[in-house]
Amino acid sequence: MIATEMANNVQVPARAAGRSSSMAFLVLIAGWLVPGAGHFLLGKWIRGLLLLVTLVLMFSVGVALRGKIYSPNTGDLLDILNFAGDLGTGLLFFAAKIFDLGQAAVVTATADYGTKFIVVAGLLNVIAAVDAHSLATGRKAS
Amino acid sequence: MTHFEAVLLFSLFTSIVFGITQRAEPRMMIRFGAFCFGLFVLGTIAASWLMWLIKH
Repeated sequence: MIATEMANNVQVPARAAGRSSSMAFLVLIAGWLVPGAGHFLLGKWIRGLLLLVTLVLMFSVGVALRGKIYSPNTGDLLDILNFAGDLGTGLLFFAAKIFDLGQAAVVTATADYGTKFIVVAGLLNVIAAVDAHSLATGRKAS
Repeated sequence: MTHFEAVLLFSLFTSIVFGITQRAEPRMMIRFGAFCFGLFVLGTIAASWLMWLIKH
């Protein structure tokens, strides 16, 4: 109870210093769809550019290594989790699906690495989008 | 691409994102990113030797 009140007291000035909740939501969605876009919307150009280059490169290396991109499925639990990770890459995931990338069977160790690169790129993009959201709400200082 | 090159690339990409998202000041971002990169690479090498020892 006391901890909750303290947390609320800390968050009130932070929220007051941040942007509106609709703007913060827009930043979150933009950051998910395009890596770094959330930071671009907040004027954090260098961070946004670094995130964009890093995550697109990581995804591209994964595809170049013939990594697998998972489709929606209700099969093995790991397949479902991998699909959730892939979905984190936003528009990159949908572009890969449209252009039929990452559909080959994983038969080599490097292809398995590629699969992990793609999944982790998605998870890192989610972290980056949440970071942009935290900046927009004022939860993160700068 | 060799396995070690894959380790270096994975560590680099991941460390950049960790540095940017987990710290607020640019200097601390670079320090934390470098720390994560070192931990990733050294941790992988240590785990590799551990697996080699288990196998032999």
